[in-house]
Amino acid sequence: MMLLKSLFVMRLAPVFVSLMIGSVSTSSLAGVFNPETFMLDNGMQVVVIPNHRVPVVTHMVWYRVGSADEAPNESGIAHFLEHLMFKGTKKRKNGEFSEIVARNGGRENAFTSSDYTGYYQTIAVDRLEMVMEMEADRMTNLVITPEQVEPERQVVLEERRSRIENEPGSILGEQLNAALFLSHPYRNPVIGWKHDIEGLNIDRILAFYKRWYAPNNAILVVAGDITVAQLKPLAEKYYGAIPAQPATLRARAKEPPQHAERRVTLRDNRVQQPSWRRIYLAPGLQWGASEHAYPLEVLADIIGSGSSSRFYQSLVIKQKLAVAAGVHYSGDNRGPGQFIFYASPRSGVDMEVLESAVLREIDLLIEGGVTQDELDRAKTRMLSESIYARDSLSGGARVIGSALAAGLSIDDVENWPENISGVSLEAINHALKSVFKTQQSVTGLLLPAGDS
Amino acid sequence: MNIFPISRLPLAVLWLTAGLLLSLPGTAQAITPQQITSPGGIKAWFVADTTIPILTIKFAFRGGAALDPAGKEGLSNLVSGLLDEGAGEIDSKTFQQTLSDLAIGLSFDSGRDEFGGQLRTLVRNQETAFRLLRLALTEPRFDAEPVERIRAQILVSLKQSLEDAHTIGNRALFETLYPDHVYGRPADGTPESMQGVTVDDMRDFVKNRLARDNLIIGVVGDITAAELGRRLDEIFGALPAVASSWQIDDVDPVSRGQTIVIDRDVPQSSILVAEKGLKRDDPDFYAAYVMNHMFGGGSFTSRLYAEIREKRGLVYSVGTGLYPFDHSALILGSAGTANERAHETLSVLKAEWGKMATADVSANELDDAKTFLTGSYPLRFSSSGRIASMLVGLQVANLGIDYMQKRNGYIEAVTMDDIKRVAKRLLIPDNLVIVVVGRPDGILSTN
Repeated sequence: MMLLKSLFVMRLAPVFVSLMIGSVSTSSLAGVFNPETFMLDNGMQVVVIPNHRVPVVTHMVWYRVGSADEAPNESGIAHFLEHLMFKGTKKRKNGEFSEIVARNGGRENAFTSSDYTGYYQTIAVDRLEMVMEMEADRMTNLVITPEQVEPERQVVLEERRSRIENEPGSILGEQLNAALFLSHPYRNPVIGWKHDIEGLNIDRILAFYKRWYAPNNAILVVAGDITVAQLKPLAEKYYGAIPAQPATLRARAKEPPQHAERRVTLRDNRVQQPSWRRIYLAPGLQWGASEHAYPLEVLADIIGSGSSSRFYQSLVIKQKLAVAAGVHYSGDNRGPGQFIFYASPRSGVDMEVLESAVLREIDLLIEGGVTQDELDRAKTRMLSESIYARDSLSGGARVIGSALAAGLSIDDVENWPENISGVSLEAINHALKSVFKTQQSVTGLLLPAGDS
Repeated sequence: MNIFPISRLPLAVLWLTAGLLLSLPGTAQAITPQQITSPGGIKAWFVADTTIPILTIKFAFRGGAALDPAGKEGLSNLVSGLLDEGAGEIDSKTFQQTLSDLAIGLSFDSGRDEFGGQLRTLVRNQETAFRLLRLALTEPRFDAEPVERIRAQILVSLKQSLEDAHTIGNRALFETLYPDHVYGRPADGTPESMQGVTVDDMRDFVKNRLARDNLIIGVVGDITAAELGRRLDEIFGALPAVASSWQIDDVDPVSRGQTIVIDRDVPQSSILVAEKGLKRDDPDFYAAYVMNHMFGGGSFTSRLYAEIREKRGLVYSVGTGLYPFDHSALILGSAGTANERAHETLSVLKAEWGKMATADVSANELDDAKTFLTGSYPLRFSSSGRIASMLVGLQVANLGIDYMQKRNGYIEAVTMDDIKRVAKRLLIPDNLVIVVVGRPDGILSTN
């Protein structure tokens, strides 16, 4: 749940963890968002997260499908469909959905990741029923025409240009993913390869829609000024009326054992500031040796969170080789995780010098492990940060929706404080020795054109 | 695997300068701020919220990067990166370690017209948090190591910003609009000016520009008004009573239809256009705000979205925004499109600019805009941080504490005549300054 850590909250007010104590008693950690959940008869899960500050709700529908569920030669189809979901339905003309939401003072958007696709509206609670009716309608009644698809294809290609092709760092990122994963579909970009986007046709898009968009493959999350008693009849009326479809299997290509380290270098005359990163294939909560996931999450906080962390202190402050240095771990995906080390050189510092200094840090870390003091501080910090999360109206909905859509459970979210508190020094040091294998990594260099 | 999901719409289409000024401040039924005055005479707007044991303090000092001395552009920017890098007896490492250990969020930011900051703490750690904030504002150390480290980081970020077509364009746009005014200078500094900033400059900055008479404060969280009053004195009471006086002249942007093409080897051209807008206290501001929403401000419903993205598929992002500064104002539009289609995109954009100038809007279109703008107002109160930002923004704009209750009335009062008048006054396509960064087919610089 690494990515989401800042969104986590704890239900009960102050948990008095002092810096001096090594572990937090789990009895004080009950619950995170304390959501309520129920299932509709057609298999659609519903989650309610009350927050009564203002009379507003965030209404989200998550589908358990993302870019990693796409077939060969159709990369980008999940995202393209997401764009097309704003066209028309049997009932509503092109664009009417957004017009109605806006006319009622609502804000909306949608998003696609490798593991899920989501749609949401934030709106006054007295308009909730209206958006539920419309969202339920487009779950199965989408109508799209070639006249709508072609301009939208150009929009998506422009989106690809602005996100990827205009940005050397993003081009490198795309190449690194393709190099890190030998077979797993995480090797494909969420937005899709350009030639695939150009080749997608309506029939394939609609087939994808029919296969994946169904109540039994969706999750409804409503956060805000609402209770289960208020929501349940509405959920039954609008989403409960949609028949379940035959179950779909998220069958993805498996990642084989990796035997060789890889190195990817991008030289581009647009690059003004070089950077270095190494990505290790890592276990996650649902992939590989998942017992390492929470220890890796705490480890990432210890070595890479802010300017008092180990990497920053050594590489930026003491050795003065880098202007930035840190780590990032993602372990809450459905598939493989990544543990990323990154650094960017100070002006005048040779990239090779920086690289060997970072690699030395990694070796030292694997050899020596982390200390009890570092562990205690990280836990306190992580659990404290989690209190802030309840502040945001939609934060809990995003955390729980993405967790469920990726295959995790509400318990995984709710037990997060306990799971973090339970991480031992031995577990982290064991993970260090088990996970960071050079032959399961890719190293990426972003350099100005002409650099060797 | 992609870490961040990608969205149908860019989250911030037009967010060129620091936030305070740009969001039209507003209201929600459920939020009623009170003004409190500390025993020492420090004023703050405050919203009590005891649902979570946290506290958010946002503040701003009037007088921002526009006041940086000539040749020292970026002074405010550098100071904003250094106030939390050691203060009083506490060195940089200990200061940062304490913030991190206690999950205290403390940061500063420099805008054109204000120097801002924010503190976020758990109530149980507030004693330490308040002390660190006081020290940061009144006794920053500016030790050699953090000064050189943060300066190096800013130099890198300035270099990196030169990789980004939009940032390059934005800088050129302001240079063109304000050739003889401080608003034309890069607010974050340049590599050259950043090298020239000394520790003495930074000490002068703290002494002269951070004072009680130019300070604005907004607080949200779990504290009583009485206690907050005492705390305000503890935190801000040691600041000088009065900031050094300053003078910045009001200025009209120079927009006479100049076109500037900046060659960069990128597949997508970044297009920016701008001309004179309306200041926040202009009587027509609300009319302009509603007009802008219909034209290019509304995300999925604006005319530019419909004509340029939806109908023609020319862009992923397109929009317009109002930029009221203290001493000038702009209306600004932006779009990103493939080099081959830049000419067409710009042509449609200018044509729509001209069409909107005639304000051939229907009563329905106006009603829809007003219902969105009034109905969506409460959605802004989605977190303590956002509410605190609004409390500061309202005061920056010299609005009353009852503004949140009145704001929707101002929107409702906008008539079709108002729209026609303001559209005609603001939208003059032949005057637009146009900046294109990329290799746009069929667009040439003037002169």
